Amino acid sequence: MSPGARTLYDKLWDAHLVETRPDGTSLLYIDRHLVHEVTSPQAFEGLRLAERPLRRPEAILAVIDHNISTQNREAGSFEETSRLQVEALVENVKAFQVPYIPLLDDRQGIVHVIGPEQGFTLPGSTVVCGDSHTSTHGAFGALAFGIGTSEVEHVFATQTLPQRRSKNMRICFEGVLPEGLSAKDLALFVIGQIGTAGGTGHVLEFAGSAVRTLSMEGRMTLCNMSIEAGARAGLVAPDETTFAYVAGRPMAPAGPLWEQALTSWRGLPTDAGARFDLEYTFDVSGLAPQVTWGTNPEAVLDITGRVPDPRAAADPAKQEAMRLALDYMGLKPGTPMEEVPVQVVFIGSCTNGRIEDMRAAARVAQGRKVAPGVRALVVPGSGLVKRQAEAEGLDRIFLEAGFEWRLPGCSMCLGMNDDRLEPGERSASTSNRNFEGRQGRGGRTHLVSPEMAAAAAVTGHFTDVRRLLEVR
Amino acid sequence: MKPFTTLTGQAAPLLRANIDTDLLIPKQFLKTIVRTGLGRHLFFELRYDDQGREKPDFILNRPDYREAMILLGGPNFGCGSSREHAPWALLDFGIRCVIAPSFADIFYNNCFSNGILPITLPMAAVEDLATEGPLTVDLPAQTLSGGGHSYRFEIEPARKTTLLEGLDAIGVSLASLPTIEAYEARRAQITPWL
Repeated sequence: MSPGARTLYDKLWDAHLVETRPDGTSLLYIDRHLVHEVTSPQAFEGLRLAERPLRRPEAILAVIDHNISTQNREAGSFEETSRLQVEALVENVKAFQVPYIPLLDDRQGIVHVIGPEQGFTLPGSTVVCGDSHTSTHGAFGALAFGIGTSEVEHVFATQTLPQRRSKNMRICFEGVLPEGLSAKDLALFVIGQIGTAGGTGHVLEFAGSAVRTLSMEGRMTLCNMSIEAGARAGLVAPDETTFAYVAGRPMAPAGPLWEQALTSWRGLPTDAGARFDLEYTFDVSGLAPQVTWGTNPEAVLDITGRVPDPRAAADPAKQEAMRLALDYMGLKPGTPMEEVPVQVVFIGSCTNGRIEDMRAAARVAQGRKVAPGVRALVVPGSGLVKRQAEAEGLDRIFLEAGFEWRLPGCSMCLGMNDDRLEPGERSASTSNRNFEGRQGRGGRTHLVSPEMAAAAAVTGHFTDVRRLLEVR
Repeated sequence: MKPFTTLTGQAAPLLRANIDTDLLIPKQFLKTIVRTGLGRHLFFELRYDDQGREKPDFILNRPDYREAMILLGGPNFGCGSSREHAPWALLDFGIRCVIAPSFADIFYNNCFSNGILPITLPMAAVEDLATEGPLTVDLPAQTLSGGGHSYRFEIEPARKTTLLEGLDAIGVSLASLPTIEAYEARRAQITPWL
């Protein structure tokens, strides 16, 4: 340990500290605020009722993503309550002069996909959004976390948030991630190791050789899932990969400002000898593709494994929880995971809806057919992802294989639109939550990578994607 | 925000781990543009059957707990989505205090924004309280009592004040406006691209 050495999180915190109050709470400055239709109407209404101005509209980027159909964007394609929420956002951004990407714009998409795409998300910034998966933006070395609607209103009115400093945790992934595996496997694996509350009270910094070699898309997937480990935020130190991604984006600095920013960003990584409250190191060279079996993301195992037996659990409470989960999931202990059939495949979401995810799934789908009885959806994370995928011919690969190629949005990750599981239906999903009812009442969700989702689509059951890739 | 001082009421036990905010209030009820009226949808999936009829076995449907003011939960209570609709639904139902061995971060913050007191106690204590009948929460004294037991709970002083006084958090921050403006002036020099 070196005195004065700081972690990336320490530096972000220090740089955004406005004041520390006598009662010990700190006021943190917020640089960037992403807004969507579901968690903002009451915040705008709160401002109106209190007759408070919105302090910095230019710090906001608003978009509609949660409620919308992924098949049809014409007026009248929404159910009544969704339409009201969509209209409320459109009225609010107009009334408060908030920068907004319209629904029919090519740049529209999931907040956590478009923020980075537009260069709105920058290293060294603080990013908030009324959405727990705001942790995604930590991939850029930004302090990014989800907030409630009252806090959305707080940021509207003050551009700050009262915060408590979190603890520092570092998770190192060392080694070379095997062929057929991706960042989603790292994320699911680590949640299985530390648990859904393993990160509570901490900001997680992901480090190690297997993280340094990840693309920005992969880093976003990893940080996206840090909330599923209970963490305040996830972080990856910015490096040349980060700068190459950000350079030239519409809202990123350019010219002399770019040079100045770059100098500043190079000073962000954790200092040698900085202290972490908790550290884990995992060698991922031998990792197998991951798949969840239960009703929270820590209930995860290798695809080569079998559905676990509650009797093997240590304490009675855990046994009972496992029995409940297996009952909901309709699974029998001892069943090989590869023998579990799926009816629905969902590829998309803020976790895995980026171009690299589309490519990874297409690579598996190419020249194969969706298995009979399987409904397979591919939902690009944004209009720009969709356009890029189409330019690369990925849409043709999916369509020829029998997948549906949809319009961007949150879609079946949470089923606020009409993309839902029916009771008892089982999905292989690239999303982030396998909670009861998450994708539809009675729906059974298994979280996997895009590679593994595509493999399940073409075989009709969970399948070790490494085998399909070997056949090529 | 309504201040919180003391509270006496029935405590409904729902002691499973990882009660997520999707379970507290499912997605179909997030389409509202107001904060009120969500109480009838609280724990929708557990509380009603496919036809929308109450499931008589579910704790909040039992005669003794229909007016519950306190909820007892398992570890990692409130995990998942940041939806403030979860505490709004609790509040609208009439619950102003949740007791659990641990809470998820965003939900915990959202409780304080809505005058709900989240109390952290060891699982064994939560299990004991589940058998006690009505409980009394005394925030100024930081105690919780019912039946024969009494427990002291910890709470951060600033959080305590917020609840006791029903403070408007935005108003408190706006009192620091000159400091915020000074920060912004510095920031414009140091990181002008932001």
